[in-house]
Amino acid sequence: MKQIFNIIFSTQFFYSILRISTPIMFASMGALITSRAGVINIGLEGIMLFAALSGVIFSAASGSAWAGFLGAVVTGVLIAVLMSYVALVLKSHITLTGIAINMFASGSTVFILYLVTGDKGISSSLASKVMPVVELPLVSQIPIVGDIFSGHNILTYLSFLGVLFTYILLNKTVVGLRIRAVGENEQAALSVGAKPVKYQFIAMLISGVLAGMGGAYMSMGYVSWFSRDMVAGRGFIALAAQQLGQGTTLGTMSATLVFGMADALANNLQALQMPSEFVQSIPYVTTIVGLVVFSIAKQRKELKRIRENNSKTA
Amino acid sequence: MNSKTIEKRFDVIRTILAVIIALLIALAVIVIVSDDPMNALYNFLIGPVTNARRFANVIELSIPLMFCGLAVSIMFAADQSNMASEGAFYVSCAVTSVIAVLWELPTFLHVIVCLAAGTITGIIIMCIPAVLKAKWQANELVSSLMLNYICLYMGNYIIRTRVLDTSLGITTSLGFKETASLPNLIPGTRLHLGLLFVILAVILCYIMMYHTGLGYAIRTIGQNKNFAKYAGMGVGGVVLLTQVMGGALAGFGGATEMIGMYNRFQYQGLPQYGFDGMLIAIMAKYNPALVPVAAIFLAYIRTGADIMNRTSDVPYEIISVIQSAIIMLVVAKMFLNNLKHKQIVKYSKMQMEKKEAS
Amino acid sequence: MQTAAILSMENITKIYPNGFIANKNVNFELRSGEIHALAGENGAGKSTLMKVLFGEERCEEGRIFYKGKEVKIDSPLGAIKMGIGMVHQHFMLVPSMTVAENMVLGLEPEKAGFLDREEARKRTREVSEKYGLEIDPDARIRDLSVGLKQRVEILKALLRGADILILDEPTAVLTPQETVEIFQELKRLKELGHTVVFISHKLGEIKEICDRITIMRDGRTIDVRMVNEVSEQEISRLMIGRDVLLKTDKTQAKPGGAFLSIRNLNYTDAAGRKILNDINMTVRKGEILGIAGIEGNGQNELSELVTGMKKNRSGQILIDGKDISRKSVREIRELGVSHISQDRMTYGVAADAGVADNIMADRYYRKEFKRGVLLNRKRICRETDQLILEYGVKCDDREQPVRMLSGGNMQKVVVAREFSGDPRLVIANQPTRGIDVGAAEFVHKKLLELRDKRAAILLISADLTEIINLSDSIVVLHDGAVAAYFEDAKTIDPVELGEYMLGIKKMSREQTGGAVHEQ
Repeated sequence: MKQIFNIIFSTQFFYSILRISTPIMFASMGALITSRAGVINIGLEGIMLFAALSGVIFSAASGSAWAGFLGAVVTGVLIAVLMSYVALVLKSHITLTGIAINMFASGSTVFILYLVTGDKGISSSLASKVMPVVELPLVSQIPIVGDIFSGHNILTYLSFLGVLFTYILLNKTVVGLRIRAVGENEQAALSVGAKPVKYQFIAMLISGVLAGMGGAYMSMGYVSWFSRDMVAGRGFIALAAQQLGQGTTLGTMSATLVFGMADALANNLQALQMPSEFVQSIPYVTTIVGLVVFSIAKQRKELKRIRENNSKTA
Repeated sequence: MNSKTIEKRFDVIRTILAVIIALLIALAVIVIVSDDPMNALYNFLIGPVTNARRFANVIELSIPLMFCGLAVSIMFAADQSNMASEGAFYVSCAVTSVIAVLWELPTFLHVIVCLAAGTITGIIIMCIPAVLKAKWQANELVSSLMLNYICLYMGNYIIRTRVLDTSLGITTSLGFKETASLPNLIPGTRLHLGLLFVILAVILCYIMMYHTGLGYAIRTIGQNKNFAKYAGMGVGGVVLLTQVMGGALAGFGGATEMIGMYNRFQYQGLPQYGFDGMLIAIMAKYNPALVPVAAIFLAYIRTGADIMNRTSDVPYEIISVIQSAIIMLVVAKMFLNNLKHKQIVKYSKMQMEKKEAS
Repeated sequence: MQTAAILSMENITKIYPNGFIANKNVNFELRSGEIHALAGENGAGKSTLMKVLFGEERCEEGRIFYKGKEVKIDSPLGAIKMGIGMVHQHFMLVPSMTVAENMVLGLEPEKAGFLDREEARKRTREVSEKYGLEIDPDARIRDLSVGLKQRVEILKALLRGADILILDEPTAVLTPQETVEIFQELKRLKELGHTVVFISHKLGEIKEICDRITIMRDGRTIDVRMVNEVSEQEISRLMIGRDVLLKTDKTQAKPGGAFLSIRNLNYTDAAGRKILNDINMTVRKGEILGIAGIEGNGQNELSELVTGMKKNRSGQILIDGKDISRKSVREIRELGVSHISQDRMTYGVAADAGVADNIMADRYYRKEFKRGVLLNRKRICRETDQLILEYGVKCDDREQPVRMLSGGNMQKVVVAREFSGDPRLVIANQPTRGIDVGAAEFVHKKLLELRDKRAAILLISADLTEIINLSDSIVVLHDGAVAAYFEDAKTIDPVELGEYMLGIKKMSREQTGGAVHEQ
């Protein structure tokens, strides 16, 4: 027990929460924007996986981490375009399309990896680059705070800019207003000329950019290589985080950090004598528990409201 | 002919065309990436029928695919997007392996116990998302996808702690007892009794879906849950039951696969049969009678891809392109829709003119 | 005043993807500055025609001329740009957003790339002042009354420069006071030179505010008249194709003992609203008890509580003397209860399933339709074919998906299921809504037949003519409570009934106590 406390109350632990939350943060913002447009983007998982591979290949080929990053983002957008086209234009079931995208990503990334490296498991033979680590000026000087918030990969900071971007997009811009209108009352949006498909497409593209960045972080920040199925459900966790966040930017960010914390805890517990399989399951168990707790809380709230109303009328 | 048959005909055409387009995309990819595309294509397309052993491989592979295809079909027919077949299959394999390695039982009994244990495990796993949804409205799609990861680790844990063979570098179990093995059907192949089981399962599921009150209730609930409730059907119970049946099929399938095909547990990750089951269910339009067709098709291209992988420079994973393209095109409403609309308009006009004339 | 045509639609034909022909060579003409009624029964093709005009549906054939030029309208946006606005029955508003945000949606003012909320408020205020339609720009749509939502819709169209305003049955959802208000608003719009299309089948309202009328029936234009030159009877004959039977031939009811008893029934919905408040009534064998009331006064909840679809209530419901609080929907149906739901597409049918599957839904599990564990196909086919014949369902065959049928035929499928098998209590909630007159008469005839076979019938309808003509006794529901009870429906003055429905008058408990009978 004491060991656990030592872990939890270390600056290193909080540092690792931010590090681990980064890819989920990108994806959950993508999930949030699409869900506000009325689309469930199950394909985030696959988009991230493609982007992760793309980042490795492009950075290795060009010798520049930023070129790899750009390649990852463009790849993310392209996959999002493919998924949007099939789901929105050809009108296919969005969930099944997303699952198909994930299947496609899972196999094709291995396929491409093999063609490029001759290996089906890991990209270690490629001299891929890693995105730079940033020491925040001034902040890094502050004790504790500096240890936690400074010295992260640049993409970690970018992920928080992504949160800010999402907030502004949804609440302060015309595109955001229309995205929300489309998600809430498709007919209403259509009747004033805001084509639902167009704004859902835009939302999907933005989520492609964000998930692309998340994927880039996976292979160019979190670790420095690509390995098969390395995204490991983070796209799904992001969807759950968005659900828990009840459609708000702040809520989604908080839920993401909670999941990040569970993951960080799991990583640290590996040092203890816990079976590794249990530890590895923690993020997924947390997600399921999160979903349930969210539903119970929602039900409680409703019951409470009913009771209050009853006592008012009585 | 009427507008209904036009719709049905387009459903069939769409599925077939989707398969053809998906194959064409894959062939194009093969031609682009391979140094010797003719050889690769030959092995991919014709490979599985070049000798009896390879064709037997197709049939062997179709057995777990059919079990999972049936499981997903039943759940999807009731509009339950429970994707836990993957995890249920995997954990069932692990549990079956433990019993096959450790327990000492007479031949017949050992097989039965293995199958029963696998089935029960499958049911338990599949019911987790179902119960979470029924009790707390937790989205079964997300929870079942998460559950699959947990199942992967759970299965690995069971194997590692109970029956790990430490002599090998990779995660494999110790060898199964001789008594825990399904009899072989055709010598020289690995075709096992599981084939008969799955044929029986297909027939039973078909009868259940289209010739019993339960199947009727499942289909009605899938089409309109509110209507089913209004008509007096016990929606909650039937929905849970579909997932029990789905779990039983996936679990039984896992157990059959273990003691039919293998003599030790040697998966190095989720075998993806659950996701393939979804693809099969979609192609079969949730009709159990069509599940074998879709499953054999999928087993065929998987086997073909495997042969190509071994005999040429094109990796096996090409099939993910085919699989995903099929799903996307089969479920795309607008694919061929204009053509369908034109046909229906033409037909309605004809009817109108006929009416006017009379 | 004879002015030129501002718009004309010629030979419009519209066929829906399921093959339903909604418009057949329809012609329609609007004159500048008139209020033009577009009248016809439900399903006559009025809404479809206007959707074509507004660019929401594309027609297979036909041409549209606007201000003398042929135009192609392929989206609502195109229609709006030309100066055509439409107020739908289902409001095209985003509930969580403010009035101002809804007003400017689609033509949002921007400042440095961001949404300019101040400008949005300003524009809302301007248009609201110009037309004298008051509205708070910062109110959230979800907090507004139906009448105010409709006002936002009208303002939205005006803000976009609508010269022609199409209103799809605008009064269907309004209270009488709100109806008076909107009529004043429409007259003001006319004075300001706007042209209004008023879709309706309420003849009184058409007489009150419209100048000309186009009457549609069965997807075709039947006639165009000046409203002041045509009588209500004539309009209704044109709409229906023959004189309306204002009175059904009905024998005197001979009610027996109470079959359904409702005692002190209270119900509060999930959002905490009190829906039903201390309801007491009985339905006797061999009588039709009509529930009159404006929609949304607890009728749907009442029928769903009696049929067991909703639980969590207080009070007692007895069917044939048995308490149903712990019974499932099927157990209640087994007591001889049948139910026509007001929401046909959600509850009444499984649209993608075939006619036979829809008919069998309440009985498939019974012994007579089984052979061992299997369904007895032959028996099922015989049963459904016989019912299709008996109830005159027009379909290709018993396997045809019901979504391909017209509204009337779909309802016949529902009725075939619910009225066959000798029901002892029929809950008929809006049984003739949205179906053609022939089908409606058929339903009425069947209801009377059932009554004469000693079934107890609870008829819920928003259609006063239906209620008065069919019922033996009438209960009025207002605000979830029994506002009035009339023992003999024949003696009712419709005006008085209306006053109870609108909550202007209310009977005392002693007076409504007559609704409770002994078993």
